[in-house]
Amino acid sequence: MIEIKDLHKSYKMGSNSLHVLKGINFNVEEGELVAIMGSSGSGKSTLLNILGMLDVLDEGTYTLDGVPIINLNETKAAKYRNKFLGFIFQSFNLINYKSAAENVALPLYYQGVGRKERQVKALKYLEQVGLKQWAGHLPSELSGGQKQRVAIARALAAEPKVLMADEPTGALDSKTSYEVMDLLQKINDAGNTILIVTHEPDIADMCKRIVHLKDGVIVEDKMVDQVRASQYV
Amino acid sequence: MFSRDAWKEIFETIQKNKLRTFLSGFTVAIGIFIFVVLFGFGNGLTNTFAKFFGDDATNVFFIFPGRTSVPYSGYKADRQIEFDNSDLADIEKNFAMFVDYVTPRITRGGLVKYKNESNNYTNMGVAPSHQFNEKTIMMKGRYVNNQDIKDKTKYAVIGRLVEKDLFKGEDALGKYVDIGGSSFKVIGVFQDDGGDNEERKIYIPYTTRQLIEKNTDKIGQIVLGFKPQIGYSGAMSLENSLEKYLKSKKFINPNDENGLFIRNIADQLKQNQQLASVLQIIVSFVAFGTIIAGIIGISNIMVFVVKERTKELGIRKALGATPKSVISTILLESIFITTISGFVGMILGTVLLNAMGDTLEDYFITDPYIDTGIAIFATILLIICGALAGYVPARKAAKIKPIVALRDE
Repeated sequence: MIEIKDLHKSYKMGSNSLHVLKGINFNVEEGELVAIMGSSGSGKSTLLNILGMLDVLDEGTYTLDGVPIINLNETKAAKYRNKFLGFIFQSFNLINYKSAAENVALPLYYQGVGRKERQVKALKYLEQVGLKQWAGHLPSELSGGQKQRVAIARALAAEPKVLMADEPTGALDSKTSYEVMDLLQKINDAGNTILIVTHEPDIADMCKRIVHLKDGVIVEDKMVDQVRASQYV
Repeated sequence: MFSRDAWKEIFETIQKNKLRTFLSGFTVAIGIFIFVVLFGFGNGLTNTFAKFFGDDATNVFFIFPGRTSVPYSGYKADRQIEFDNSDLADIEKNFAMFVDYVTPRITRGGLVKYKNESNNYTNMGVAPSHQFNEKTIMMKGRYVNNQDIKDKTKYAVIGRLVEKDLFKGEDALGKYVDIGGSSFKVIGVFQDDGGDNEERKIYIPYTTRQLIEKNTDKIGQIVLGFKPQIGYSGAMSLENSLEKYLKSKKFINPNDENGLFIRNIADQLKQNQQLASVLQIIVSFVAFGTIIAGIIGISNIMVFVVKERTKELGIRKALGATPKSVISTILLESIFITTISGFVGMILGTVLLNAMGDTLEDYFITDPYIDTGIAIFATILLIICGALAGYVPARKAAKIKPIVALRDE
């Protein structure tokens, strides 16, 4: 699903250049649930942003579902993001003046799906995350956990190849975090590929594979026995 | 870009961001509104000028006698100059090429009575052609004619307001009024665009006035209408030769400024028209400034709107919005708001101008109006500038990497 070879990325900070990713080689197969761990500054968010086409790589190759991701202009990147990827952010990033259902329907709008169908699909995914009765509410009327579940529904609505979550539980208490992880595990059980960036070991343990980043290189890449979140809920 | 879905998306955004919509709409509406009103006032000012000076004919000289200030050709200084009937005839004869008509004007005031009503009015002894230089409009009856001059008839032509004041709704025609002790038959009632004072005048044949005043041949002023074909420069040279001729006839030193005076309406008119056009330029300048201020206002708001929406646009981009769709969302929204509010401001301004009509006449603003073309042009200019002003930050926002836009503050 994802193939990365010899990935380098550096940021220019004035006259200095900060080498963040120093040669990453990394593959993800379909149906995996991967945690990318590392302390802050290890490059884990940069890696996710490059994988999510929110940022561009300096060197190396990136292939997503057999498509080489190279020399993308903004329009093409937008189309690929819409087609391949679903994003879940730490701060939810819902549009505050749109209701839950409208937020979920937004990626479908950019896919060119008709209005009626958008509404039907939005309700279907809200139901999947258990928020169907909250469809008409604004984000400001929802709790943190509910917001994140709306965001997950939105990420799912586009039916992406890969879900990318950047610290999805970072702004939530542990109980709500486990609820969100339980949901993500169920989505993974259904066959979806999920990448989660986190620095919390207990969240990482709920994935099937942990990739450890330190100073821009992968120091550890191991399969783990998944801890089911449902036992904590 | 113009799909129904895109518009629905825009309407929803507008509906759910009322303050933002109101701010940008209000700026545009008020800008256009002030522009329309100011421009209308400018036109109203010009109208007032046209009305003030359009009342009387412009191809006219008024010649007043004065008092000499230097001795000349055996006469002492400080001599009162007087015109008489021979001057009329001489001017008519010597300047026949240029002169359309000549009429004397003997101005007197005094009590005018009809039955129990009485009031003070100005009365003027005039010749028939006086009607042309005052642009007197007859409502009923007739003006003084040549037969009246010849027969020295005791006929009077009275102003509309004289009839209204003295006759109280009665028809004045054929009735007799007492003017300064003599009885005159009313043969006509006139109106005049020059205002109320002009309509409180009474015209009588000048020969009758002379007869009453011991059969004198003296006349007060001479009013001369020249042929319009001679043009502005012709009028100026006519004024010079007329002055020379009269000074030599009346034995006034050619350099004596006080012997007689010629008031040249054409010259005055030209100056007044210049003043009016300068005023119009100033008002247009101010109005243009308002439009500029409006453009700056809407530009500021657009920059603010894009700034405020940076995060939202980042989210949209992460969800698959292309730069083109980001730009068109912002632009269509801004064009939609500015178009609606621009035309609202324009219509409100026009309605206000129409409603005002004559109410500001005391402040020299008559019938303010604005050409629809100019109003629409200004509105469209503001819309285009608003769109341009929105385009620059919108393009910038569309180029921002979603990752930057989404960064937590």
